[in-house]
Amino acid sequence: MIKLIGLVPLFPLIGFLINGFFGKKISKGLSGIIASVSILASFILSVLIFMELNHSENKSHIVNLFSWINSDTLIIPFELLVDPLSSLFLLIITGIGFLIHIYSIGYMSHDEGFARFFTYLNLFVFFMLLLVLGNNYLIMFVGWEGVGLCSYLLIGFWFKNTAYNNAARKAFVMNRIGDLGFLLGIILVFVTFGSISYNEVFAKAGTVPTHVITCIALLLFVGAMGKSAQLPLYTWLPDAMAGPTPVSALIHAATMVTAGIYMIVRSNVFYSISEVASETVAIVGVITALFAATIGLFQNDIKKILAYSTVSQLGLMFLGLGVGAYSSSVFHVTTHAFFKALLFLGAGSVIHAMGGEQDIRKMGGLSSKIKITFITMLIGTIAISGIPPFSGFFSKDEILAHAYEHSPVLWFFGQVASMLTAFYMFRLLFLTFYGKFRGTHDQEHHLHESPPSMTFPLIVLAIFSVLGGLLGLPEFWHMPNWMANNLETVILRKDPSTMPHETEWMLMGIAVLAAIATIYFAYIVYMQKKTLPLKEGDKMPGFQKLVYNKFYVDEFYNAVITKPLDVLSVAFHKFFDIQIIDGIVNGVGSAVKGIGSGIRLLQQGNIGFYVISMVIGIVFIMLLTFLI
Amino acid sequence: MLTALLILFPLLAGLLVFFVKGNAARNLALGFSIIEFGLALVAFCMFKHNPDACMLTFDHAWVKSLGIHFSVGIDGMALLMIMLTTFLVPLIILSSFKNDYNNPNNFYGLILLMQMALVGVFTANDGFLFYVFWELALIPIYFICLLWGGEDRGRITFKFFVYTLFGSLFMLVGLIYLYNHTNVDGLKSWAVQDLYNAGRALTETQQSAVFWMIFIAFAIKMPVFPLHTWQPDTYVTAPTQGTMLLSGIMLKMGTFGVIKWLLPVVPLGLEKWGGTAIALSVVGIVYASIIAISQKDFKRLIAYSSIAHVGLISAGILSANQQGIQGAIMQMLEHGVNVVGLFFIADILFRHTGTREMDKLGGIRGMNGNFAVLFLIILLGSVALPLTNGFVGEFLLINGVYQFSATMAAFAGLTVILGAVYMLRAYQKIMLGDRNDSNVAFGSLAGTDKIVLSIICVVVVAFGVYPKPLNDVAEEAVKMIMLNLK
Amino acid sequence: MINGISINYYLLLSAVLFIIGAIGVMARRNSIIIFMCIELMLNAVNLLLVAFSTLHADASGQVFVFFIMAVAAAEVAVGLAILSMIYRNVKTIDTDILSNLKN
Repeated sequence: MIKLIGLVPLFPLIGFLINGFFGKKISKGLSGIIASVSILASFILSVLIFMELNHSENKSHIVNLFSWINSDTLIIPFELLVDPLSSLFLLIITGIGFLIHIYSIGYMSHDEGFARFFTYLNLFVFFMLLLVLGNNYLIMFVGWEGVGLCSYLLIGFWFKNTAYNNAARKAFVMNRIGDLGFLLGIILVFVTFGSISYNEVFAKAGTVPTHVITCIALLLFVGAMGKSAQLPLYTWLPDAMAGPTPVSALIHAATMVTAGIYMIVRSNVFYSISEVASETVAIVGVITALFAATIGLFQNDIKKILAYSTVSQLGLMFLGLGVGAYSSSVFHVTTHAFFKALLFLGAGSVIHAMGGEQDIRKMGGLSSKIKITFITMLIGTIAISGIPPFSGFFSKDEILAHAYEHSPVLWFFGQVASMLTAFYMFRLLFLTFYGKFRGTHDQEHHLHESPPSMTFPLIVLAIFSVLGGLLGLPEFWHMPNWMANNLETVILRKDPSTMPHETEWMLMGIAVLAAIATIYFAYIVYMQKKTLPLKEGDKMPGFQKLVYNKFYVDEFYNAVITKPLDVLSVAFHKFFDIQIIDGIVNGVGSAVKGIGSGIRLLQQGNIGFYVISMVIGIVFIMLLTFLI
Repeated sequence: MLTALLILFPLLAGLLVFFVKGNAARNLALGFSIIEFGLALVAFCMFKHNPDACMLTFDHAWVKSLGIHFSVGIDGMALLMIMLTTFLVPLIILSSFKNDYNNPNNFYGLILLMQMALVGVFTANDGFLFYVFWELALIPIYFICLLWGGEDRGRITFKFFVYTLFGSLFMLVGLIYLYNHTNVDGLKSWAVQDLYNAGRALTETQQSAVFWMIFIAFAIKMPVFPLHTWQPDTYVTAPTQGTMLLSGIMLKMGTFGVIKWLLPVVPLGLEKWGGTAIALSVVGIVYASIIAISQKDFKRLIAYSSIAHVGLISAGILSANQQGIQGAIMQMLEHGVNVVGLFFIADILFRHTGTREMDKLGGIRGMNGNFAVLFLIILLGSVALPLTNGFVGEFLLINGVYQFSATMAAFAGLTVILGAVYMLRAYQKIMLGDRNDSNVAFGSLAGTDKIVLSIICVVVVAFGVYPKPLNDVAEEAVKMIMLNLK
Repeated sequence: MINGISINYYLLLSAVLFIIGAIGVMARRNSIIIFMCIELMLNAVNLLLVAFSTLHADASGQVFVFFIMAVAAAEVAVGLAILSMIYRNVKTIDTDILSNLKN
């Protein structure tokens, strides 16, 4: 079965081709079915492969498809790798991908670009599968850029809207900044090790000076920063919410943005060797987690809140990676995929019910109108806030415990970030589902529960969000931590935790109490006092204004990078290119022309003058010959 | 023999086309160029079968007293360049079917003559013959630009002609200098290997002088910063097919020349000045990319992007290692195809809307989805997205430059970012958004337009996913070149 | 020594003839006279060639002279024809006036 791994990405590719070429000719229903079935086929195959791998002794299978790029010592075959890490990601991608395909059939049913949407979505799944399946860095890079392309296409799916197009472009360009780092990292890997296949590279990693490993690890991390929206390259992700909501759920929450985590887990050998690199990862992660969570506090767009929450959660995962808790981060990727996809899809359902409205200031009291959406979203919110026994609690707690072991400071900021998360998530929940309806009369009239194709994925994801924690129960409970055991062969494990159990219990207790306290605080603010967010144009206190405007980071980038680049471009063109360089070239031309017209004056047509000058010339030459 | 035929056939075909009246000329030219492509395919198969096949070389004394031979031959790199040339020329001819040119017989005849000269440049194994073909290639393109060009064509074409000729003369001096140092049993020789030997025997100072003399000619042709100022104007003014010839194939004469006629000749000169030349190339990449951002005319934007791409190629070649040169060869092929596609898109836009000003366009995505997809695929090839053809070359190139200097590679790599910036901005302005008031409806594409774009798109994807057929040839060719460099 | 006359005298004579011719070309404006002066210069050279030919007992010099005479005759024929055409059109053969080619 593992030999058939090539089929896993092939199915979505076939779906992509069918929808791409014939999408306009076949009916909406058919193209939705083709797209979903192709993902389902991949999912079933992934499950089979996953089970086979579980039973097999050999935990790492390489399947060679064809040879791709050869250049003397640089040999890059198109190889796929099946091991516990990639097969786990296969399940997440195809499983959640399938649910979101189903959801999209309902969500996009009224859109004229229905087939186009599924074309892009299938292409995305194809590239995402390549990303995790590749057996060398370049195949990962193929998937990496490919998902970036699909993200670009899907963010700008409604291409008539200029703001959406700008967001799409921004996402692509920011990702490319990271990609350049990644590309240079790959090249440095090749130059250092003479190969870019994982097994060969990791086997030799110990023999190379640490500073080289640090360089590689940092360059790769630049790539991860771009794709996984870490500081300072995070600003594209909130804007990416311009895309249809299923896209936000699949690409910008569950799968693509976790590619950076996958990459670092895959390269964990480097990060284990290089202290500097892993410290950097941890610090960037925790700052991002805190920063994004803070911004999330005052946002009013339901999707933007979730987007900042995603950035913040990703930061938490990077914190985990930085402190060496690789399997915990993968665990959090998994649970996050469940509850964040759930939250986004729920938000999509809300938006669907509200007829396209995304501003939570105009919602309220929806709990009775859209029950299934409400209950599932409630589950998701509890899960992300870290209340036991929901899945988010376990994975987040594992990361924070490791962070504490590494440095209590990191733990403290991580803990603050997760408290903020609990606060803004419940703010979102209270404002959306409780209180009085604040929208227009038309909207109120229009409110309805979404069709079953949309609620079914919500229910499934809600179940997983509740039970996902079973995948990685804490080790000190003396329960099997399936996640850690499963990934054992992939991850160069640091020494097992030496923390006393009392400390772990204490941390866990603090986390739970903090979460509950925060939620209670949110309850007081938004339920009892019925505080409402300020309207557009209201005067805000200084700090709130700063946060509401996202710390003016976009404006800052605009002023420091975008604008100067435009000015530079014009200056180079108008001044440097045309005036100076071309000026010199034309100057040479005019000089020759000028000399020519000067000499032309001698050519006056008088034969006598010509003859005299000829004779003088001859005499001069003779004198020269005789005298010298 | 076959090689000589590859040169002779377009010459005769071109001469014949001159005497055919009206639209028959272009059909005939298309037919001839397809036959030429067939011949090139035959050569490809023969080469694959046996690279040393005697059918692939031809040598006949031309001016005995001066040691000049009509000596042509196909090696791996020449083969790829010929494939590119013969593949592109039919496409270029086909792309012109919707344009009505005056005196079509002259136009298509000149294109075929141009093809003759280009194949000659790529196959010449004799320094003098190389120079002759090199200059010969300038003549048809000069007339194409001068007779069928756009606004202000007289001044711009003249500048282009004089500029390139100026550079070529330096090369002639360099070649003659080398020729004078050859010594084969007491006689002088123009044969390429003899010129290599002569060059390597020179002192470092002499080699440096020769390096710069020959490099300037190639640098102008490519063009490398700061010798590029003829290029944007010429590309914009020339008729689309002329621009395609210039950017798709003629530009590769320069890069090809550096690989075959510069690197192996002056190893010491390269060692001393290669870094400077790479720095110039890399500056050109960043400089041209930045300028491209603010361009308003789509054709001019492509022209500047071409400077950036060719800067990377040049830097890769001059870093003189397997990956750099192989990447350069791959990128030459890929850039040739992609840039022809982009210029063709500019032409289609102009034909349908009457403008190339991007600010005046917009919303075409909504009017013609197929065109948007084809455009997007070519554009992605041009920004080197993996699994499109542009990526293979670009990855190898940056890799090659990296082995020379990591800093240079980082700057050269900026093309990854800046390329995305200006290309996507252009795409958005032209295709996306809502329909602009000023542009007229953009109807469906003509049949020939669809064929040309589809062929290009297929190539973009096919050789991105499976570059092996070309890559293998390039790899072997570069291995041979590397032997010459050591 | 050629028939008792030293080569120097031949040299001197042809130099004098040549200079007379050259000065004539430079100084005079009448085209016919310029023509005649050119012939004078040619003949100065012819004389020199013949003289050296005899001195070295080598016939090739005289062969040259024949060539020059033949070419000169042809040149005169063409030149006079041009002159007469010019005269017919412009009514003058003054070289100072005939400067239209300048532009």
